[in-house]
Amino acid sequence: MIAHAIFFYTFSIIAVVSAIMVTASKNTVHSVFFLILDFISISCLFIMIGAEFLGMIMLIVYVGAVAVLFLFVVMMLNVAQQKNQWFAGQSTSKHIPVGLIISTLIFFEIIIVIGGWKYKPEIFDINNSLVNTSVSNTHSLGQILYTDYIHVFQISGMILLVAMIGAIVLTFRQRSGVKRQSYIKQISRERVEGVEVLEVQSNKGVKIDD
Amino acid sequence: MIDIGLGHYLTLGAVIFSIGVIGIFLNRKNIIVILMSIELILLAVNINLVAFSIYLGDLAGQVFTLFILTVAAAEAAIGLAIIVVYFRNSGTIRVEEIDKLKG
Repeated sequence: MIAHAIFFYTFSIIAVVSAIMVTASKNTVHSVFFLILDFISISCLFIMIGAEFLGMIMLIVYVGAVAVLFLFVVMMLNVAQQKNQWFAGQSTSKHIPVGLIISTLIFFEIIIVIGGWKYKPEIFDINNSLVNTSVSNTHSLGQILYTDYIHVFQISGMILLVAMIGAIVLTFRQRSGVKRQSYIKQISRERVEGVEVLEVQSNKGVKIDD
Repeated sequence: MIDIGLGHYLTLGAVIFSIGVIGIFLNRKNIIVILMSIELILLAVNINLVAFSIYLGDLAGQVFTLFILTVAAAEAAIGLAIIVVYFRNSGTIRVEEIDKLKG
């Protein structure tokens, strides 16, 4: 139990500090790196609490794909060299008290909800009929993901497909002056268009490409 | 303090959620950091779902965490594509200078 507490506090402190640094650091590339650190520590928490499949998926999807995508876009747009002050400008500082008030309100609302859970301990006496402890977490997730939730699973696949097509359509750009291979034109070419048979008279020659 | 329970994980989720909201309000640099704050908020929601799923013994929370992960990845891809197109057209993604909608 002591080890559980130590690991929980270590990972959660790292997660909270790196989450603060995501919003506070001046360089956008540093923000992306702190985001990666945040994802890694949260996935360590997931693995520690017993959701090891989600922790690994979190590592693969977030750190391997989403964070690298962010990093790629940050480097491509060259925003890292825009040296901007964090609280710069007159028009920006009026957002700060509103933001602080709203986020502290949200925080205390959630804390109040958690307190309500804490003072109602009989809520935890639900019989754990859904978790089969004889198989691993990944096995039991797969057992319900492909049976009970198969339609939602396929809809999420459709969401990914639509997102992929949308991203391609958004960023696709037709450039002028680029010579492309046209398969239809090549295949539908006939002998009549390409070859011309001429009677060549002697001492006259043939004029090509006039 | 030593006995880690559901409340600790929910508090961690609340803290990260609030930091994400602060990041959206206070950000003055560029839109990419706002997208990262949205990712933080989704991460906090995932923490809550997984903690409830483990402590209540119901796997549905983890399944829905998977779907939230899917939607978050799709949202990041679309959002970054929109940002790339906007940067290509207007040359800036600073939050103050994006005022085409007069908001």
